[in-house]
Amino acid sequence: MTKYSEASEFYWNPRTKWRDRTIDEGKWNKLAEKRVQKGKPDVFERTVLPYINSAYNLARWLTRNEHDAEDIVQEAFLRAFKSFDTFIPGRDARAWLLAIVRNSCRTWLRRNRPHETATQLDDDAAAPLDTWSDPEAALIKNANSQLIREALEGLPFEYREILILRELEELSYKEIAQIAEVPLGTVMSRLSRARRELYARLGSLAGENRR
Amino acid sequence: MSCQQVHQFLDAYIDRELDLATTLEFEDHLKECSGCRTIYEQYKDLHDSVQAQLSYFEASDRLQRKVRAALRSDGSDARREWFPHWRAWAIAASIVAVILIGTVLFQTLKRSRQSEMLAEQVVSSHIRSLMANHLSDVISSDQHTVKPWFNGKLDFAPVVKDLASQGFPLAGGRLDYLADRPVAALVYKRRQHTINLFLWPSPDSDSRPGTETARGYNVVHWTQAHMNYWAVSDLNAAELGEFAADLRK
Repeated sequence: MTKYSEASEFYWNPRTKWRDRTIDEGKWNKLAEKRVQKGKPDVFERTVLPYINSAYNLARWLTRNEHDAEDIVQEAFLRAFKSFDTFIPGRDARAWLLAIVRNSCRTWLRRNRPHETATQLDDDAAAPLDTWSDPEAALIKNANSQLIREALEGLPFEYREILILRELEELSYKEIAQIAEVPLGTVMSRLSRARRELYARLGSLAGENRR
Repeated sequence: MSCQQVHQFLDAYIDRELDLATTLEFEDHLKECSGCRTIYEQYKDLHDSVQAQLSYFEASDRLQRKVRAALRSDGSDARREWFPHWRAWAIAASIVAVILIGTVLFQTLKRSRQSEMLAEQVVSSHIRSLMANHLSDVISSDQHTVKPWFNGKLDFAPVVKDLASQGFPLAGGRLDYLADRPVAALVYKRRQHTINLFLWPSPDSDSRPGTETARGYNVVHWTQAHMNYWAVSDLNAAELGEFAADLRK
């Protein structure tokens, strides 16, 4: 039905019925694509640009640097705009954008700080679970955001990425699996390792501060 | 569910990513195992406070402006999409131009072919008029005799000019049939030569004299005041041209 009415817009022809029958699928798709192309900047601005904070936040955490993050966000947005055709309308534009930002960060880090992405993670082994005495736990709990930032920035790329996507963007494991390009089971084990590593670091940092 | 598994599923449980059956098993275990319950509560507490304290970096206005501007200028990609549109217009325009030029050329060719054919007819008419000794129906050198003679014989009034002083005395007039219609034929003389001047109304605007030659006769024709003039004679082209020029004055 939509196809019918939109076809008449293309042709401005009162004999739409006849015209419509002559449009084969390929030709139709081409026309639709052209129309999409024409409205592309507007649609992109409406659907993707609102997530610029998510993009910047992720890039900022992954690069740990304001300027690098800004450069990467700009580049990632241009990349996203160019490949906007691959975005399926109705899907989560934020997750789609974050996947691009994440890959831009990875590429950028590989080029500029190769040692940072070279970490080997042991995702398969069960995550060790520390337990803390109540005063220790209270110490970690009361850690300020500066300390948490320090602890998180000390974690490997993969842990940082998964923690930001989960704790700040609150994406589902499935979405995280797609963005980080790992199986669902890896998301689960990696996330618990990342959290426990973070809390352990936080515990030692908080302990140092107190001494 | 074992304590080991509970420790493993802690995060997934907090994130509500366990399926329903596993969630129920997990909760059953917590109800029964106080050790795991304490661990879970501490972990959950820790998680919530750390999550709440995590900094969220927001994009600066400057960055937002930059990205927007970059997209706008890259939107030229989209604007480039319009180019085929203009190209299509250009192609359409050239097609129209070609058709126009073609039509004009064709019309010109057709007209010249027509005037060639008409010249043939005019010459034939001229020859016939001389052969059959049927040169004139009204024999007079007086334009005021010749002109009224056509009244009622034609649907137009031919211009009859006296060119005796220029050396082209009027000899008479008759009806003839040319270009699928009755026309006025005026007969002028130049020394021993006879000039037949055919005239009939034309829808065309004025045109300069054109000359033709057919079977040794010279033909000169033009349009003036919505009248076609065709003059034919065995007279030389220069003098016939002079005749035409005198008539057109």
